[in-house]
Amino acid sequence: MSKYMLIMRGTDETNKALMASIDEAMAATGRFIEDMMKAGVLLAAEGLDDPRQGAVVDFGGDAPLVTDGPYGETRELFGGYFLLEVATKQEAVEWATRVPAVPGSKIEVRRVAEADEVPQGESNGQI
Amino acid sequence: MGTADVEAVWRIESARIVAALTRFTGDFGLAEDAAQEAVAEALVSWPRASPANPAGWLMATARRRAIDAIRRRAALQARYALLAADPALDQEIDPDRIDDDVLALMFVSCHPLLSREARVALTLRVVGGLSSEEIARAFLVPVSTVQARITRGKKAIAAAGVPFELPPVGERRQRLGGVLSVLYVIFTEGSTATSGDRLLRPDLAHEAIRLARTLAALQPDEPEVHGLLALCELTAARFPARTDPDGTPILLEDQDRRLWDLPAIRRGLAALARASRRSLGPYCLQAAIAATHASAPSVEQTDWARIVRLYEALGRVAPSPVVDLNRAVAVAMASGPVPALAIVDELIASNRLPGSHLVPTVRGELLTRLGRLPEARADLELAARLCANQRERSVLLGKAAALS
Repeated sequence: MSKYMLIMRGTDETNKALMASIDEAMAATGRFIEDMMKAGVLLAAEGLDDPRQGAVVDFGGDAPLVTDGPYGETRELFGGYFLLEVATKQEAVEWATRVPAVPGSKIEVRRVAEADEVPQGESNGQI
Repeated sequence: MGTADVEAVWRIESARIVAALTRFTGDFGLAEDAAQEAVAEALVSWPRASPANPAGWLMATARRRAIDAIRRRAALQARYALLAADPALDQEIDPDRIDDDVLALMFVSCHPLLSREARVALTLRVVGGLSSEEIARAFLVPVSTVQARITRGKKAIAAAGVPFELPPVGERRQRLGGVLSVLYVIFTEGSTATSGDRLLRPDLAHEAIRLARTLAALQPDEPEVHGLLALCELTAARFPARTDPDGTPILLEDQDRRLWDLPAIRRGLAALARASRRSLGPYCLQAAIAATHASAPSVEQTDWARIVRLYEALGRVAPSPVVDLNRAVAVAMASGPVPALAIVDELIASNRLPGSHLVPTVRGELLTRLGRLPEARADLELAARLCANQRERSVLLGKAAALS
């Protein structure tokens, strides 16, 4: 068994589309979460609030530089995640295909590194 | 799509497909055969052309294979002739019913008329979606043995005419206890392998946790289901600290608690909280013991008096010599080795755990603490002779050797 994180990646446009039909989206997500619970695979799920409620800490200079709001000019926004415990990557991917995601958005499937191992594959230096 | 993709979809869908087909056909064995045929077909056809809806494809194909089987049998038996004409087979899965059907599938797979081995094999294959090969690997038995257990199990259910339904209310608790014990057998085989050269088989333990999560989602009002889930999560949380990189077991007192899986501990404590506080069933009590360990910063700072009380309560609701032995260990920590040795010697005098390596293991430890080293050494050597797990055995021999 391995843990995988399904990371929702939207854009300004998909976020607007999501907010336009938020009730339906919430209901669909609720059903999806219930399916994963009944399959015994769901460990955690959380949605991220509007990036304007957050901040970015930039380590590019001598001291960390804090700016309010979303990261720079980026058009892609993390919207939330599902944390799953499944037998294989293929199973995580199969669940990812079932996420009731807004057209135009993406789901990134990432394996969670365990305490006793180094991350699989090339690291991009980020956590 | 390749083999791994077929297996992934099957892992997710197997319980729902077999449950729905058993509901349609009333024949658990036929449903399981039809579902397996659909998987075999998927393994051939998906690499050539990926279906747009893999789960729907599996369900539709399994249903067609079930209808084929019913038509073949209809020529021979009147019961199937009726079924062959029944339009129910063309219906879609009823979402309001499928949860009860998956639950019924768990009850059938864990039916008391089956042998323990058959219950374990059927539950892992039918509800968990594991292949016979995976089950055989997990339990270190030949594939043919697993297949024979499954075939015999299905025949026994058919011969006894076990209905596909939830057990009547009066029997529900007891039958649920049967399901829980099968899941716990799977878990314990993964958490302390009874044979072989590895102490832990974490994947098998996590299969049991996955099944327990399913059961908790389907039976949210049953405290003992949450108790079992809590016990498994809290026990598995300690896996990363339980063996060194070579696979040698590390005792609780020597474990690096920073390696314990904190999210798993939190999930375990949350599951225990969901089990009602007033319910003191055996799984809830064992989970409460595991929670006491999981919440303690060290062996010394563990609330051993609480653990003694929990073992006393456990001994009342589920009397067992293993519980008494564990209580002796807790008493030794809370009050010293003398009263603990009295409990162990009583167990030996009544011969309630004959042939177990655990009794001389604990006795050897207690005698070591009392400075009675030659006796301690004899007990530890006896324990090593009785122990079937090679990793545990070498730890015992190491301890015995250290006393000379």
